Amino acid sequence: MSQFSFMEIIYQPWPWYIAGPLIATIMFLLLYAGKSFGMSDNLRTLCTMAGGKKFSDYFKIDWKSKTWNLIFSVGAVLGGFFAHRYLTLDDRVDLNPSTIMDLENLGFINPGSEYLPPELFSIGNISDPKVLIILIIGGFLVGFGTRYAGGCTSGHAISGLSNLQVPSLIAVIGFFAGGLAMVHLFFPLIFNS
Amino acid sequence: MGIAFGVVLAKAEIISWFRIYEMFKFQSFHMYGVIGSAVLIGIIGVQVMKYQKVKSYYNEDLELQPKKMQIARYLIGGGIFGMGWALSGACPGPLFILVGYGYYSILVVIGSALLGTFVYGLLYKYLPH
Repeated sequence: MSQFSFMEIIYQPWPWYIAGPLIATIMFLLLYAGKSFGMSDNLRTLCTMAGGKKFSDYFKIDWKSKTWNLIFSVGAVLGGFFAHRYLTLDDRVDLNPSTIMDLENLGFINPGSEYLPPELFSIGNISDPKVLIILIIGGFLVGFGTRYAGGCTSGHAISGLSNLQVPSLIAVIGFFAGGLAMVHLFFPLIFNS
Repeated sequence: MGIAFGVVLAKAEIISWFRIYEMFKFQSFHMYGVIGSAVLIGIIGVQVMKYQKVKSYYNEDLELQPKKMQIARYLIGGGIFGMGWALSGACPGPLFILVGYGYYSILVVIGSALLGTFVYGLLYKYLPH
């Protein structure tokens, strides 16, 4: 295979059968390094570092033991930067036509023209109170929910299910129940106005 | 390794709000393929590692502490997270990756995720677990 066609493949969106095994590999490597794969733990560590232990025992942890995971997160930020800057030519998302139609019915213009809907994430729209409230509530639910459940997609869905943990299966069922409720029940109320 | 994680999730569009929406509408196999194949390979690998009693590089037991068996916290907490995942289109990993990708509005989501974490820390003693 020539160098040229190899880069052409890299520039394309990567298929699931490449991404899934790579994610599993990252988890194996973290286990071998004596760590565990879980991103939402960083939210707790950051709160501890910001002085959270004055307010709750939940933040009385030795944050220095979690530094590796913060470094992992910094790596994730850099990875996002590299992927965008050097490995992607076109960040259109090839959505199912019925997804596009559903989103257009909710008022989204040109769904999939980039990774995130500009209606919610373009920096110019952040002064729109409705957009700001959506972002704040979304983030709050992610932070509160993942810590309440003790893990997120990486900790429960990937690590937990790989270890055949029943609690993680319950958590993943919860993730999906919440996500389905949001998309099917609340989205029409939030966006269709 | 964090860099690899960021690149994979960005290149496979897992950080895309649209892909999460599509997943919850059951209109694409992509996200199910990603999570499903990661879990399938993960199960095989972790079971082999356990059976072979693989030690970490530092010759310690692997970090596979089983979670305590509870139901309320996983179902309720999971449900709350699921709603946030669908609304913001990002779970905690992509939150970080999207900053690097150049979507700076996501900093608002990270800020409120930290606030949510903080509020959980204040309330956790009073919540059913």
